[in-house]
Amino acid sequence: MFNLSDLYQQVIIDHTKSPRNFGRLEPCNHDAEGYNPLCGDQLHVYLQINDSNVIEDVKFEGQGCSISTASASLMTEALKGKSVDEFEHLFEAFHTMATADISETPDEAVLGKLAVLAGVKEFPARIKCATLCWHTLKSAIEDGGTARTE
Amino acid sequence: MKHDISVIRGDFPILHQEVYGKPLVYLDNAATTQKPQCVIDTVRHYYEKDNANIHRGVHLLSERATADYEAARETIRLFFNAKSSKEVVFTRGATESINLVATSWGNANVGKGDEVLITHMEHHSNIVPWQMLCDRVGASLKVVPMNAAGELEMDAFETLLSDRTKLVGVVHMSNALGTINPVGTMIKKAHAVGAKVLVDGAQAAAHMAVDLQALDADFYVTSAHKMYGPTGVGVLVGREVLLDAMPPYQGGGDMILTVTFEKSQYNDLPHKFEAGTPNIAGAIGFGRAIKYIESIGFKAIEACEKKLLTYAIQKAADFDGLRQIGTAGNRACILSFVLDGVHPHDLGTILDREGVAIRAGHHCAMPVMQFYGVPATARASFSIYNTKAEVDVLFTALAKAQAMFA
Repeated sequence: MFNLSDLYQQVIIDHTKSPRNFGRLEPCNHDAEGYNPLCGDQLHVYLQINDSNVIEDVKFEGQGCSISTASASLMTEALKGKSVDEFEHLFEAFHTMATADISETPDEAVLGKLAVLAGVKEFPARIKCATLCWHTLKSAIEDGGTARTE
Repeated sequence: MKHDISVIRGDFPILHQEVYGKPLVYLDNAATTQKPQCVIDTVRHYYEKDNANIHRGVHLLSERATADYEAARETIRLFFNAKSSKEVVFTRGATESINLVATSWGNANVGKGDEVLITHMEHHSNIVPWQMLCDRVGASLKVVPMNAAGELEMDAFETLLSDRTKLVGVVHMSNALGTINPVGTMIKKAHAVGAKVLVDGAQAAAHMAVDLQALDADFYVTSAHKMYGPTGVGVLVGREVLLDAMPPYQGGGDMILTVTFEKSQYNDLPHKFEAGTPNIAGAIGFGRAIKYIESIGFKAIEACEKKLLTYAIQKAADFDGLRQIGTAGNRACILSFVLDGVHPHDLGTILDREGVAIRAGHHCAMPVMQFYGVPATARASFSIYNTKAEVDVLFTALAKAQAMFA
C-alpha cells in the first residue's frame, strides 16, 4: 500500500513551510489566477518572458494545501530559465506523471525534482491540488485568464 | 427508548468495515448520514416486490406502491406535525425545495424594491436561489450578520426587517458551524412585518424535534439523506394556503387533472408540485428512516449527541494549535476547526489514512469562511452511532498530522 509518507515527503513538507519564489513579480508580462473550487485553493502566478521566449522569472502567491503550495514552489524552481517550448514539454510530462497508472515510474530524467509529486496519483482527490499551478501557468502564458481545476 | 450504542451501531452495516486497514470512523454525518438496515431493506423490498408507477395503475403493484408512497407522506406529516398531508411535497431534496419556493412563490410575490432577508451562515442552497430571484425581479438581498461565535446578531435582524421584507430565509442549524438558530423568535418577528419565512432544516431535522405548527413556519425544507434516508429525495412542507395560491413549479404528468392543447387544469395539492414520476423508492425509504428516528426518540438522540459534542469540544480546547470555528452557545453535532500549520485539505487526506472520514473545505458556505478569514475548515460531524472512542481516534490522528508538519 502507498503510504502517507510517500505523498508527504520531506521535500514537499519543506516547500510547504518555505515556498520558493513566493510573492508578486514586478515587472511581469504574463499572469493568471488559478482556483480550485472544491477545496478553496487559490493562487496567482506571475511570469516575465523575454523576446527569445525564455522564462526569465516566475513567482506565485496565494493560499492552498501542502500539495498545491509545494507543487507551485517546485514548479517555479524548475521553470526559471526554461523556454516556453520546454515548459510545454514539462507540462505534458508532469500531467502524465500525476495521472499515470500506479505501476508507471515517473521519468526523472525529464522531471527532475518534480518527480517527488508522483505520489499524488495514489490520492485521486489530491491530483488537482498538484496540477492547479501548472494549469494556471499555462493559462498565464496563453493569456487565457482564470484557470480552474473543476 | 434507551440509547444502546451497540444496538444502534449494529443497525448500520456500513460502519463495520476497515479503510486502509483501519476501522472506519465516519465523522462526515453533516454531509450525509449512513443508512440503517431497515431503510436498505425497505428500498430493496420495494424494488423486489412492489415496483410500479403510482397514482395511475389499476393493478395490485401500483396500488401497493401508491399506498406506501402516500403512507410515507403521512409519516413525514406526523413527524413534523404539519396540519395536512397536502402540505407535504416530495422533492429531490432541500435544494430543490428552496428553488421551488424561490421560483414559484418568489416570482409571484416578490417584486422590484422588495427585499429577501437571509443570514450570513446560510448554505449556498439558501443563498443562490434568492440571488437568482432578486436578479429576476429587481429585489435586493439583505444579510443578517453574525458574531465571532457564529451566532446571529438578533438586534441587526430586527433592524433589517421592514415592510419591504417579503421573505426571511434562515438555516435552522448551520452545517458549517453547528449553530442552532432561534427560528421560533425570528418567525414571530418576521410575521409581525408581514414577511414569510423559509426555514432550511436540512441539517437540523435529524437532531431535534421540529413541530411546524408550534413553530408557525411558512416553509420548512429538508433532505432524507441527512436523516438516515436515501439520497435524491426530500420535502417541502409549506402552509396550505400559500402552496395553494402558488403556480406550479414544473409541468408534466401527475401534476394535472386534465390537459387539452388550449389549457390544462392542475392537480390538487400536493400533487400539483410533483410533476413526473417521483423517487418512489426514495420516498418510501424516507418514511422508514423517520420511523427509525422515532424508534430511538429525540430525547435519547439529543442526550447522546450532546454528550459526544461536549466531549469533542473539550478535547479540541485542550489541543494545542487547534482553533474552533463556531463556538455558539446553542449548537449541535459539529466541530469545525483549523489546525496551525496543517491545511484542512491535508488533514482530510491524513485522517482518511487513519480510517477517519471528515470533511475538509468550505462546506458550501463560502461566506462563513470569508467571515472567519479562512479558505477552508476541517469538520467532524457526529451522529447517533458515533462513540467517544471514535472521537479519541480523531484526536490521535490530528496529533499525527500535526507531527508530520512539525
